[in-house]
Parts: sequence; C-alpha cells; structure tokens
Amino acid sequence: MAKHKMNLMVCGGTGCYASAKGDLVKALSEELEANDLSGEVQVITTGCFGFCEKGPIVKVLPDNTFYVEVQPEDAEQIVKEHVIKGRKVEKLLYKHPHTKERISDSVHMDFYKKQIRIALRNCGIVDPESIDDYIAREGYQALGTVLGELGPQKTIDIMKESGLRGRGGGGFPAGLKWQFAKNNPSDEKYVVCNADEGDPGAFMDRSILEGDPHTVIEAMIINGYAIHANEGLVYIRAEYPLAIKRLKIALNQAREYGLLGKDILGSGFDFDIQIRYGAGAFVCGEETALIQSMEGERGEPTVKPPFPAESGYRGKPTNVNNVETYANIPVIINKGASWFASIGSKNSKGTKVFALAGKVNNVGLIEVPMGTTLREVIFEIGGGIKDGKKFKAVQTGGPSGGCLTHKHLDTPIDYDNLIKVGSMMGSGGMIVMDEDDCMVSVSKFYLDFTVEESCGKCSPCRIGNKRLYEILERITDGKGKKEDLDKLRNLSTVIKEASLCGLGQTSPNPVMSTMDNFYEEYEQHVTDKKCAAGSCKSLMSYHIIAENCVGCTACARKCPVNCITGEKKQVHEIKQDLCIKCGNCMEVCKFNAVTII
Amino acid sequence: MTKIKSLEDLKKMQAGLRKQIELREKGENPDAHTQIRVAMATCGIASGSKEVMDYLMEESEKRNLDVVVTQAGCMGYCHSEPTIEVTLPGEEPLTYGNVDKKKADEILEKHVKLGQLVDGIIPVTHKTIEEKK
Repeated sequence: MAKHKMNLMVCGGTGCYASAKGDLVKALSEELEANDLSGEVQVITTGCFGFCEKGPIVKVLPDNTFYVEVQPEDAEQIVKEHVIKGRKVEKLLYKHPHTKERISDSVHMDFYKKQIRIALRNCGIVDPESIDDYIAREGYQALGTVLGELGPQKTIDIMKESGLRGRGGGGFPAGLKWQFAKNNPSDEKYVVCNADEGDPGAFMDRSILEGDPHTVIEAMIINGYAIHANEGLVYIRAEYPLAIKRLKIALNQAREYGLLGKDILGSGFDFDIQIRYGAGAFVCGEETALIQSMEGERGEPTVKPPFPAESGYRGKPTNVNNVETYANIPVIINKGASWFASIGSKNSKGTKVFALAGKVNNVGLIEVPMGTTLREVIFEIGGGIKDGKKFKAVQTGGPSGGCLTHKHLDTPIDYDNLIKVGSMMGSGGMIVMDEDDCMVSVSKFYLDFTVEESCGKCSPCRIGNKRLYEILERITDGKGKKEDLDKLRNLSTVIKEASLCGLGQTSPNPVMSTMDNFYEEYEQHVTDKKCAAGSCKSLMSYHIIAENCVGCTACARKCPVNCITGEKKQVHEIKQDLCIKCGNCMEVCKFNAVTII
Repeated sequence: MTKIKSLEDLKKMQAGLRKQIELREKGENPDAHTQIRVAMATCGIASGSKEVMDYLMEESEKRNLDVVVTQAGCMGYCHSEPTIEVTLPGEEPLTYGNVDKKKADEILEKHVKLGQLVDGIIPVTHKTIEEKK
C-alpha cells in the first residue's frame, strides 16, 4: 500500500452528523476512488473539532486546511481542487465574523488560539473506532506504567499532586476521592464513570466519548487498579446512541487486545467494564442517585454520609468520576503531575472543556486553561456577540449555576472564582445572552427545568421550586407584586439550605444570581410592568407610529388575527384586545412604523 | 487477535503504529517541523512534481528527517517546474526550481539536515498580500 500523502478528517460528532445532508465520508471516498486517489488520500472519521457552529467540518492534514459547512456535494470540488491541484476551496473556508476574511487553516483561527486541548487531545486526530490509532498516540501506556511501575498508592499520589478536581461540577479533588475509596477495605469495590450529562446545552462528555472512548476506558482501569476494584460501570444516558455505539466498539477492542479482562498486561490485575443506561433524569447525575438508579431503584439521592467511597454501589466502596475527569488522567500519568499542575490557576489545575452556546458567533466545544477570563472565552474564542448586539449576561453551570454580567467579564474562570461571584463551574455549560434576553424569563426557564427534574424525595425541592416557578410566572405575566421579590429571595434561601441533594441545593442559583445582578429588571417587571428586553409578551404591546405609517396595508395583510384596521394610505391601528403579539407586523413593516411599548 | 501481554509489547506496537498518525500529528503543529511544499499544478505534474513529492516523502521517512511534505497549487514559476518551497522551523520559506530526484536528495541532505543552502533557489521578487498591508 502506498503511503498516504493526505488525510481528510471528517468530524463524526453528533453535531456534524446532524448538519450533514448525507454521508460525507462516503461522498469523499467515492470521489477519491473515481479519481484513483484512494491509495494516496485517506478519509478518516474522527471526534469533535469543537467548531459545531459551522459544521459539518472537514479538516485536511497535514496542511491544516479547515473546511466548514461541508456537504456531500462539495466532495467533488475538494478532491478536484484541493487534493489534485493543491488549491484550497475558497468558499468552504471559515469566514472571520468581523473582517469577513477567509481563514485558510485552523492555526490562524481565533477559535483555537487560546485553547489547550488535554481532555480533547485526540478528538480530531484519531478515529474513535480504531484502538490502533489510540495506541499510536501513546494510548494505554499510562495504564502500563501504573500496572508495571507505580502501583496503587503512587498512582493516587500523582493524582493528588496534579491537583486534578472533579470535572462534573463539584470540583472535589479526584486524588482524595480515590484515596478514600482505597482506604476502605472491602472484598468488592467499584469504579463508575458518570456519563449522565444533563445540563441543557452541554455536550462535553458526549463529545469525549464519541471522539476518544479509549481514554475513558484506560483511566477507568487505572482507577480500578488504584482503589483495588475489579469492576467498572459506565452510567450513560440512553439519549447518546452514537457515544454508546463507539464505547461498545472500544470496549470490545480493548477486550480483544487483553487490555480488559484477566491479567491485564501481565500484571495479574483483572478488570472489566459494563455499560448501564440512564433514562435521562437530571438528578441521576448526582452520584448517590446514580448509584440508586444503577441498582434498579428509583433515581433518588440518599443522604451523605455515608459517601459512596464507604458504601456505594451494592453497599460497597465505590468511586464515581466524571467522563472529562477521566479523560485527563492518562495524560497526567504520562506527562507527570507537575506538568499538569503548571497549567491553570492556583487552586484549579489543568483545563476545562466548555460547551459554548447562545448568542455568540462561534458556538462550539472549547477547552481552555483554568484562569482564562470570561471575556477571552466570549469575545476572542467565541468571536463576540451575534449580529452585532450587546452582551448582557453569561450563564455558567447549567441549572445549578448563575448568570454573570459585564462586571464579571474579567474574572478568571476557575472553581473558586465562579462560586465567589455567585455562579459555579458545573459540568461546563456556558450560555451567552444578549440585550434581547429577559433575565426573569431566563431564571424561569431554568426553574422550569428543575421543577421537571426534581425527583420529589424532599419537600424543599419538590414544593419549593414549584412555588418559586409560580412567582416567576406571575412576574413575567405582569401580575407580580413588590412583595414577590422578597418572597423569591427568602424561598430561594430556604430551598438552598433545606434540600437533600445538590439539585435542590443549587436550583435557586439562577434566580438568586439574576436578582443580584439584574435587580432593576425584576423591579421593572413588577412596578412598571415592563420588560425592557421585549421578551415577556404579557408586558408589551405593539403600536403603530402615526408619523411613520404610510398606509401600505402590509401589516394588516400579514396579521393572522386581523386585528389591524385602517384604509389604504391611511394610518393603521392595532386593536390591543385582539393582538396575539406575534410580531409579524413589525417584521413586515418597511417604514419602521411598528413599535413595542 | 493477539493479546498485548506487557508494557514492552505495547510500546513495540505503538512504534509500529506511529506512522499511521504521524502525518496527522505533524499537521496539527506544522511550525515545529520542516515543511516542504511541492507545486502540484498541471505544469508541475507534467514536469514530474508527483514523482519528486513521492521521493521526498519516502526519503525523508527513510532518513528519519522531521519533514512534512504537502502539496500546493501553482507557484507561478512554470519555467522552473518542478518547484518546491522549503521552510525550516522559524525561518523564511525558500523556493527551489527545477527539482528532480537528484536535486531533492541534495536539498534533503544539505538544506534540511544541515541548514546549508543549495543552488537553484528562485529569488522572491514579488510582494505578498501580507506585505502590502
């Protein structure tokens, strides 16, 4: 076989799959075949490049050309122009959102400049369905080192020294957690990978499992060896079919190579991994609820202590770690604790993966060193706010986190700083909002989610959140009273203090942080009955500005409920009692004669 | 499939598998390696640039040189095809014209290995877009 001159890396993540209008890999392969180039150019399905906004992505290596929004019909041009003639296909290159320049390769894209990819190191380089690709990237060598040279305690010491903290949200030091599980003697122990990613809009863990499943498997074996467990379980939500498929393939490959099973790498250590499916309940991301669910019980949290490290799955010492935490571990072993500790901020080491979403130009999956500021993430990597609008807030930490505003933009992102300013790291969701977003509605949105997802075991969470939601609903409906604002605060405090698990203890965070940072907006809703962002329909009405209206009748014709009256060339009028506030009239008016009051 | 029995086995296996991803890894960080771009437009291919490119790839691998060979479009020097552009890490690119296998061998041995310039450099006389700004 001739040596490959070029690799066409096609993103095989769910995002790019969804935006492709057909089979991109097949189209490219067929085109190469037709031009007799299959021997020289290889098409490889790989993990998420992170730049989901512009998917499907095809990256050409070694010249690093980054093609965006590639569809199967572009295959011909890529092969005929780029592969054969060496000319980049201009129209598929990424266009800078401000300068409108086409950028030829990923090295020069702002999106990648500030990123350090540790957990995502193999996404975009390896074929997730090939264990050989993973081994070629030093895969399973950390496991070899741990089994052959380090032994359990030294491994745990490295974990402690590295300063790695749990990436699932809590930020508990991983090494310490391992130590507790190791110190509890038992004939049976378990390690669990928490792949129950529940924050709305977050897909870090999914992307790692889809793009580099072997790294999670390797780290789980290391974890098992370090705490003397022989069984691992991956708790993954059934809504992640692609991640499950790739994980299953990877598990089988690891078994074939003897990296799972009996006597791994001649060390005498036995370990295997099973998959458990979650039905998509948010609370099951909480480790005690997750364990309950794996045991076949209702997914409800239990009181801690006892912590899972003492009594977890089947009442045995259990170590639960998040997917992203695991993805860091093989690198830490290979490169050393001090290397890892040199990245990041004082008390938060390494990097964090964020799912950047909302009103930014570059939506996607990013990995930045801890200590990067929100401004760098939103305005440099994220490319600023969409459509030239103004930045208003950024929500981190999902339904458990909070909304941060202008004054927090220069806060370096790490576990402690985010908590200090009233939000939290969470698992890494980051939603950016612009001037059109109403903060009361945003907290109502998150509350709606928590009310849905509360397991109902403890009353502060079950009843308290519901009441909290009702108050917010009242306010956005224009029926709010001044006292409601105090009620919101008091109730939030009670829910936080009295709830059983992390879900309830953090669920009022979106309310509290928006009240802290946008109190005047709440006041405006209850006293003036106005929503400045124009998103609460009950608090706004459409009106026609008489001076601007030329009587073209365009609005009247578009109105679905016929509430606009007026003769041709006469000023029109909107009948407020009939208006459903759909906004059609405003959209269709060419004379800026429709306004929201 | 054979099982991997020890860390040594694993390392051996990795060494064997490295080649298949080397191209991708180098591409991720192109500035750290010597880059050779071969002009592969019609004129280049007609004068044998494809053979030169294959030769460069094979030989740099055989001689264990840290080189990324990529193809480029027409560089404009149709009178001197095949043309190649050599960029050592951190240095300005230099273009060679009329590169056959013999010349390619010399470039690899002297320019890439030792950093010595070889006859046949085409002086850059035009301005690039970057310079204009």
